[in-house]
Amino acid sequence: MSMNTQGRPTGVGTVGTGASGSALIPDEPLLFEIGDTEHSGVDLPDVTFNSDRLGGFARKTKLDLAGLTEPEAMRHYVRLSRMNHSIDSGMYPLGSCTMKHNPRLNEKMARLPGFSDIHPLQPVSTVQGALELMNQLSHWLMTLTNTAAVALSPKAGAHGELLGMMAIKAAQEAKGEAHRTVVLVPESAHGTNPATAAFLGYTVKPVPAKDDGTVDVEAVKAALSPEVAAIMLTNPNTCGLFEPQVIEIARAVHDAGAFFYCDGANFNAIMGVVRPGDLGIDAMHINLHKTFSTPHGGGGPGAGPVVLSEALAPFAPVPFVRKTANGLELVEHIEDAALGRVTAFHGQMGMYVRALTYMLSHGGDGLAQAAQDAVLNANYIKARLQHIFSVPFPDYPTMHEALFDDSFLKESGVSTLDFAKALIDEGFHPMTMYFPLVVHGAMLIEPTESESKQTLDRFCDVMAELATDALAGNKERFTSAPTKAPRRRLDETRAARQPVLKWEKPADLPQAAE
Amino acid sequence: MRYLPHSEHERADMLGVIGAADMDALFSAVPKTALKSFDLGLPAHQPEFLVEAHMRALANKNHAAGDGPFFVGAGAYRHHVPATVDHLIQRSEWLTAYTPYQPEISQGTLQMLFEFQTQVAKIMGMDVANASLYDGSTGTAEAVLMARRLTRKNKIVLSGGLHPHYRDVVKAYLKDDPDLVCLSPSPEGQGDILQQIDGNTAAIVIQTPDFYGHLRDLKSAAEAAHAQGALLIVVVTEVVSLGLLEAPGALGADIVVAEGQSIGNALNFGGPYLGLMATRKEFIRQMPGRLCGETVDADGNRGFVLTLSTREQHIRREKATSNICTNSGLCALAFSIHMGLLGEAGFVRLARLNHFNAIKLADALAGVPGVEVLNKTFFNEMTIRTPQPAVGLVERLARRGILAGVPVSRLLPNDRSVDNLIILAATELTTDADISALAAALTEELA
Repeated sequence: MSMNTQGRPTGVGTVGTGASGSALIPDEPLLFEIGDTEHSGVDLPDVTFNSDRLGGFARKTKLDLAGLTEPEAMRHYVRLSRMNHSIDSGMYPLGSCTMKHNPRLNEKMARLPGFSDIHPLQPVSTVQGALELMNQLSHWLMTLTNTAAVALSPKAGAHGELLGMMAIKAAQEAKGEAHRTVVLVPESAHGTNPATAAFLGYTVKPVPAKDDGTVDVEAVKAALSPEVAAIMLTNPNTCGLFEPQVIEIARAVHDAGAFFYCDGANFNAIMGVVRPGDLGIDAMHINLHKTFSTPHGGGGPGAGPVVLSEALAPFAPVPFVRKTANGLELVEHIEDAALGRVTAFHGQMGMYVRALTYMLSHGGDGLAQAAQDAVLNANYIKARLQHIFSVPFPDYPTMHEALFDDSFLKESGVSTLDFAKALIDEGFHPMTMYFPLVVHGAMLIEPTESESKQTLDRFCDVMAELATDALAGNKERFTSAPTKAPRRRLDETRAARQPVLKWEKPADLPQAAE
Repeated sequence: MRYLPHSEHERADMLGVIGAADMDALFSAVPKTALKSFDLGLPAHQPEFLVEAHMRALANKNHAAGDGPFFVGAGAYRHHVPATVDHLIQRSEWLTAYTPYQPEISQGTLQMLFEFQTQVAKIMGMDVANASLYDGSTGTAEAVLMARRLTRKNKIVLSGGLHPHYRDVVKAYLKDDPDLVCLSPSPEGQGDILQQIDGNTAAIVIQTPDFYGHLRDLKSAAEAAHAQGALLIVVVTEVVSLGLLEAPGALGADIVVAEGQSIGNALNFGGPYLGLMATRKEFIRQMPGRLCGETVDADGNRGFVLTLSTREQHIRREKATSNICTNSGLCALAFSIHMGLLGEAGFVRLARLNHFNAIKLADALAGVPGVEVLNKTFFNEMTIRTPQPAVGLVERLARRGILAGVPVSRLLPNDRSVDNLIILAATELTTDADISALAAALTEELA
């Protein structure tokens, strides 16, 4: 086998298997190993011009881009796709990610030319339907959260967090309180929360969790001071628990002159059942790709509209839609705006279409039922597995996620990671592991409302069987897993120590000895 | 409800297993005053055909770009997307997968991202690219912050040719920062950015083709920046231009950011799009966003993983390079498939066709009495000065069914000097008939 200087294989199937894989488990060379610079799958006329207008900046270097004809491209991407687990092919109980069913009506509607083939800067008079759609989506989001305003434009949840915290910063400055430089973040928070606060120059001050997995209002009060600008709290929290003292926390935060940013990643547990505005939040992002079923797409695109309380509404960014006598107006500028604009154009329109389609399909009644079913499913998993798995926070019913820790595996020599990898061999996507950080060896399971009782039963049966086997000492099954996936465990240390981040022609690299 | 699998009978069974009296018992941690204490007043669930009718009625109120002659660009471009692209990205395994946290069962997404990174690095002429950011505008803000981390210097100078929305996003990210210098808009292609570079400069940001369509000299900018220890950040909003224009990496760029929408992605009224970012090898550890790398599995087979994640928020929390989490995975896939279909031969032909049509457009506009084309150089986009305010003129042309471009004043409402300027773009979809119709209508409106 020929190896390059970095010791990596130069092709697929370097051990045993052929490049075409076996049976229905495909293996597939890289695009650059199949295609070349002469092939193309797009027919375009080859035009010539006498004189260009490129002012001497024409390309002299080669692109060296491989091309494929249409049948080759079709096969390449279909074969690659089959090496992915997906919601449509099996349960995907990834905690904190809300991997629910993605209705195909959403996709069909997003592709109507009246939505997909309109330009963000064509005259506003020619896109009144698009503005109406944004207005309707805003109405649903504000109604479900009981808030005064919504900024639709953030591109994803973390971007929404950024915008929400920017609005809070602007509001504090407007009050003459720019000296507030501290943001409280509970230890159980998503990593994006402290990253967002730090991004804006805030000092992050952690708030410890109580033994029961919830935030202690007394600990919040103790941490509050005239330097605190805001608290960033996830509710339901990352342990899958509804914060029982959330109203008292909001009151304490407001009394101290700070704002309450709520991470809305877990809104799926409470939509239509609890309105965050009633709990005293000032800003909360809503992940349309989680709660409102827009596809996750292998890691995005997301969409993270932020709802805002009356206190923060004046600090919303542009653009937003406003009703006037002549129809809907798109406000793209505000003189001396505190915040301005967080993205070019108007945000993730394609995701707005899908989310509104989903909302109309469910209706207010269906959304509430979906939230309750999501909570029902998580509690069902917890109830079925708690006799064998360890439940770190048994005091409260769980919300939409069931959290276990690894103490039940202590004597087995099997880690949370090993356990998760064994789940792959049983046909399930693993749960979220080692998060939240407040629990040792966390396993965070979010089934969503999309799973039937039959699937949940099968999942619980498999989980219980795996746990029994681990405790019976069959360690090998776990440490060697997965064995049935397109790849065995991958060497992540090597990937980080000797980063190979793009393909190089093997000929360009000095060859090491066989 | 068609998306919810449980029957009432099953719900009751499950509550029994849980030992809960009813659904409300599961929400016992919620303060009583907040649980179902309201009437939402939202409509009830609907059959698919009624939802579809509702959405179609909204869509029909919009004038789609394909409905008539169309010349709107300024950061988003209407290109043809092959049918294969949209078919493939709707496959379940691409559409309904998430971030490849479990590489053993995500090799499809990971290998695609590795191919995507390679394609992006190649068209930009850079060492490495990441697995995409939200879009070009937020990518530009990220690049600026990255340059500060790399140089440990503060001053950032934004060229007057930078897209005004991009400038505004950088301003929002660096709110009230005294070291951010935004040069005045330069519709004529003029620029004095090189005089701004000093010893405290972290980076200069230059867009090419710029917002007004002019091509900018990157080589002398890179030399001037590097002489002072500053970095050159190059922004490209029309990525098709790289089929015909020299790669920024070959001209000395240190960080290249682009809006990738033009390849594989529809206009979508502004989103979702995808940010491309590429840089030099030695700067990788300060680059934001996900990176996919090659490795081997336990059997020695080649495989791919997300790597260098110690830069990222889920590991580093408040010490991360960025708070970014989600990328634009599916848009990156569309880009990669379209680019894979084009290949070098197709990408170059596509770029040439765009330039070819833009030359025809420029020549036709120059022939309209009263219209002045400001560009000596361009790729597929140009700025014209008309004798009338642009907003009203564009509106009247829209009533004739022609979407004639973007009045510059829509993006720079406080600058009276741009009131009569319109930015127009041509692509491979622009026909001779479209150009004739525009020239004729413009001639009549200005008569």
